[in-house]
Order: sequence, then C-alpha cells, then structure tokens
Amino acid sequence: MNIVVLGATSGIAQAIATKLAQEGHHLILAGRRMDELEAMSNDLRIRNQVDVYPAHFDALAMDTHEAFVSSCLERFSTLDGVVLAYGYMGDQKESETDMDIVKRTIDTNYTSCVSILNRFASYFEQQKSGFICALSSVAGDRGRQSNYTYGSSKGALSLYLQGLRNRLSSAGVTVLTVKPGFVDTKMTYGQEGMFLVAKPEKVANDIYKAIRSRKSVLYTPFFWRWIMMIIRLIPESIFKKMKL
Amino acid sequence: MIKPVKTKLAGWGNYPVEEGFLFRPDNGRDVLEILQSGLQNNYIAFGMGRSYGDTPLNKQSGVLLTTQLNRILSFDETTGVLECEAGVTFEDIINVFLPRGYFLPVTPGTKYVTLGGAIANDVHGKNHHLDGCVSSFILDFKLMLASGEIIDCSREHNADIFWATVGGIGLTGIIVSARIRLEKVESAYYDVLYEKAPNIERALELFAESDDKYKFSVAWIDCLARGNSLGKSVLMRGNYASAASLRSGTEPLKLKNGPKLAIPFDFPSFALNNLSIKSFNTLYYGVNKNVRKTVYFDSFFYPLDSIYKWNRMYGKKGFVQYQAVFPPEGKEGLIQMLERLSSSNRSSFLAVLKTSGEQNPGLLSFPKKGYTLALDIPIKDESLFTFLHELDELVIRYGGRVYLAKDSELLPEHFAEMYPRLKEFRAIKDRIDPNHIFSSSMARRLGIVEE
Repeated sequence: MNIVVLGATSGIAQAIATKLAQEGHHLILAGRRMDELEAMSNDLRIRNQVDVYPAHFDALAMDTHEAFVSSCLERFSTLDGVVLAYGYMGDQKESETDMDIVKRTIDTNYTSCVSILNRFASYFEQQKSGFICALSSVAGDRGRQSNYTYGSSKGALSLYLQGLRNRLSSAGVTVLTVKPGFVDTKMTYGQEGMFLVAKPEKVANDIYKAIRSRKSVLYTPFFWRWIMMIIRLIPESIFKKMKL
Repeated sequence: MIKPVKTKLAGWGNYPVEEGFLFRPDNGRDVLEILQSGLQNNYIAFGMGRSYGDTPLNKQSGVLLTTQLNRILSFDETTGVLECEAGVTFEDIINVFLPRGYFLPVTPGTKYVTLGGAIANDVHGKNHHLDGCVSSFILDFKLMLASGEIIDCSREHNADIFWATVGGIGLTGIIVSARIRLEKVESAYYDVLYEKAPNIERALELFAESDDKYKFSVAWIDCLARGNSLGKSVLMRGNYASAASLRSGTEPLKLKNGPKLAIPFDFPSFALNNLSIKSFNTLYYGVNKNVRKTVYFDSFFYPLDSIYKWNRMYGKKGFVQYQAVFPPEGKEGLIQMLERLSSSNRSSFLAVLKTSGEQNPGLLSFPKKGYTLALDIPIKDESLFTFLHELDELVIRYGGRVYLAKDSELLPEHFAEMYPRLKEFRAIKDRIDPNHIFSSSMARRLGIVEE
C-alpha cells in the first residue's frame, strides 16, 4: 500500500511509520522539518527496502493543502491511506488569557485536519477504497480544567471523524479515530504526573492492527477505554467539583 | 523544554551504581539544546550500558542516552560502506545487513552495543590479531564538540581528534554519526575448530602456530586450575564458512530467531561460589572434545547474549570485569596473574584468553601486541579491590595495561603509567573542550578530568 503520514516526526508517528515500512508499505513522510524527514526516509528505505519519500507539509498553511494532495498523487499514482499524527498542546493556563495559543491549538488540532482530510476523503470516496487514520486524544472525551483548550480541539476532531466515517462508509473507505493514553515520547519524558505510560512501538502495533481490521475507534493501550468510560460516566454535578 | 529523569544508573557489572540526570534526545538538535541548556555542569553519553564499570556514568550530573539517535543514513551495496547515527546497535546492523551478505568487521562479545560506544571504547574481537580494533574499519565520523560545532574526523581530517576519540571513552564530544566499512560474507556461519590445551604454555603455543590460519581465535580458560594444569583451556578458532560448504538445505544468510532466556532476578550471592564455578569449569572442559564444527554466528560471537540480563547471575553486589593485555615479552606476567587468581580462590566464572595484534594510534585505545586475559569476578567484599590493585601493579611491571571499558577500580597513578599518551589526550581535550563540558565518573576517578 502507498500511505501518507502527516506529522511524521512526532514520537508516535515515527513508530507508526516504522511499523508500516516493516510491513512492506511505501510511504510519504510529511512535515515541516525536512532534514529530519530526509534522515527518517533514508533509514526506513534502507532498512526495509521500500519506497519512502520526505515531503514538506505545513498544517497551518491551509491554502497549500490542495497542492500537497496533488503532489502525493504525483509521487504515487494511487494512494491507499493517510495517517494524521500531528497535534499541538499549548499551555492551558496561558491559553486562558492568550487567544493566539488558543487559535493555534484549534487550528492545528481541528481546522487544519478538516482542511486536509476533506481533500483525502474526496479522493478515497471517488476511488471507493482507502483508509483515514487520525490521532485524536483521550483528552477529547471530557473537558477538564487542566487542559480543556487542547481537549476541546481534539473532541471536535473526534466528532468530525465520526461524521466522516458515516459519510465514507458506503464508499468502503474506513476512518479510524485513535485515542492514545500517555505514550513514552519526548512530549512525556521527564514530565511529572505521568502514569501507565505505553511504549510507542506498542501503540503503533495497536494502530496497525486496527487499520487492518477496519476498526472505527481505538483506545491504546486498551485499558484507556475503561478509564475514559468511568470518567465520562461521572455525573456533571460531581465532576465540576473535581480537580481533574 | 527538554527535561531529564533523575535515575540510578550502572554499567553491565552493576558496580558502581550512581545517580545521574538522564536526558533522552531524539536527534542532534536535541543534543545541542541539552548541551547549551546549562541544566547540568557536564555530560557523558550512555548507549546500551554494556561497558562494565563507570565509563558512561556521571554522578549527580548529566547523562545523554543515545539509543534514540539510531538512524541509518546511507549504505553503499558495492563497497559495504554504512553510514549511520551513533546510537545504531550492532544487533541492528546484523539484522539489516547480514541477510544482504554483510557482517561487522569487528565485534565484541555482545551485539547489544551502539556504534558510538564501540568507537568510544575502540572495541576489539576475536580477530584482533589480524584485523585490529573496530577503528580500523571506521572511515570517518561526525563529532559534536562542547561548543555545539559538528566537525568531521578521519585519518586525514582532524586526525588528532579522530585518534583521541577512538578509545577516548566519550570525553572529546558526542559522536553524531560514523561511516564504517562492513565485511562481505557468504554465510552467517563459521567453521570452528575446538581444541583442548592442558595448560597455558600449550595454549599459547597453539595460538602462535595458527594465528595466521584462523581469522577468529579465542580460548576459554579455567582460572581455578593449578600447578601443571595452570591455564587449562579450550581453544576455539575459526573462519567464515563459505556458502558452498554448508549442509544442503541451509539458507546461508538467513537469520534464525532463537528463543531468548532471561534471568528474571538477581541471583543470591551464594549461587556462584568456588564449588559451583569449579564444577562448571570441570564440566565444560570435560564435554568439549577436539572437534570441527559449523557454528551459527550468534552462538560463536555472542554466547551470552542468548541469556538476556546474564549479569544478574552475579547478584545484587555486582561483579567486576578485569581485562589486561601483556606484551609478548611480558608472558611471565600473564602466568603470574593466573597463579595469583587460582591461589587466591577469587573465582571467575568466565575467563577468556586471546592474542592481540599491533597497537593502533588511538591515544587511549587498549589493545597492543601480546596476550589479553579477561575475567569476571563477583564482588563479595572490599578486599577484592586491594587484590585488583595488586594485579594492576603486576600488569604495569610486565608492561601491560587494563581495558577501560571494563574497569571500575584503577587508581589514577596506575592508569597514567599504563597509558603513556594520556598527556597528549589531555592536551587535545583541553583544546576542544576547555570547560570540560564532557566528563564522567570514570574520568574524574582516573584523574583525566579534575573533580
């Protein structure tokens, strides 16, 4: 399969790209840091003897998204899937007074995703095959005072993906919403308050399996489904008084 | 932005255990950010943690985990030249390139080492007598200096820094990437002759007679044997097996995934005692016959890797590895060392004897022409260190030296005598790292860098 990975330099995306290349898929690794993407591409190409290309992609430059999708189609004449793995987590306290951080969070985690995935969705719909896999977050399942700006943007993304799944189902295109818990990447290393931290390889394996089995929503590691279920079930009258 | 984790660290010998601040960079940019952050006074690189003592430790200061800096950058199928980041492991290199007909030109007794660590310790293997250390096959590398500048080092370019970094235990800078020439092989197998030697004299004779015929050569030695049997050993000498020589049906370059046994906990300290070691040694000598066998690379080079975390056999107190090299004219020193070991009853589970070839220009590189003996000694109490200091004196008396990758006990004055080019090393370090941004517990213990 020919697969585009958006935001390929993030810790989880690197693990997903590694898994995809090991399974023999050809990749376009897209992001802003070309030197990193080139190094990653060479590594995966040499190790796995598959085609891997770096490509420049800026989520917030939404007027370039159309051209980006075309360039992917020039590179591989057909595409089989897209993995959206980028995101932005601004500081919650700062975002309560700084609207720039809020806008950047919403635009990165929601608006730009709609912009780019709408285009891929139309392509896959027409082709009548393909998959879309996007990394949302457990933070999008319920708003909490500690990071609701980020959480609400991810929550919006989850709802968008739900609608997209509904639309594309008849065309045989699958849409997978991934909700990872804490993953052992640069974002979490050395941070306090982390628990049940999963290895990126484990999360990547789960995601790969979910894509193959055409799953709709994946919590990874699996127990986050139960943790989030409990958190969602707490009545609002009690929840609003909790320090979460 | 980049944060460390405060954690206890140890080398493979589990001695010493020291607390440090572990950083985990994802790329060169992160390394630069850490070095310039001022978060710690100094830093040392830590790879797979397979050196035994305090080489990669930095008590209450910065440690840079390099295992995420592990990308393969380029490979030339025609010349076998591989360029990769320094955190790529030997295991990785074998898994990717052995099926394509390339193997490491030099490997230590474990494949769980990074390329950067291999260069920083200038590791050697069973073919040192013919091929030298790993540095013989390193074409060049990129080194990040304390200033953040990345420089190219080779035999032609910045040659002085090249030879200070090779074997320089991480004190010149962070090795970012390196180019190494892999060796073309037809198969993953080796033709090995197993041969018993009743004593040290005979073992050395056999080595001398056949060193040019066998690319790989090593002897397992019974350190408890005394008198006429002193140095009783089993020699293992071999060459690459050609594809044509393999049994039909064997795919010459196919990797086999053997089961891996892991030691789940530290053994109690009484598990390894003189009696158990003596029994093992007797048994081992007994079952080995003089025989020629075709052996898969994994069991030939890495017999202990199949037992994951085998260092736990030595219990919580850990163990020291002691490896010394004696020049040919210092043979008597080697014999005296064996005598002292057997009479002191400081049991060593595993002792390995090898011949080594000419010394290279690496300022702190260990091997030189002669014989090297490596042993594991479990730590029972502090008296061991007095004993080892006596061995160090013996080694110096006979013109030898101790291997830093395995050391955790050398005194600074002994170290300076063993490594006469230390002054040159210090001069280069002072020039490229005037503020001593790179330091380690070992560097301070040995007086390479002041406290």
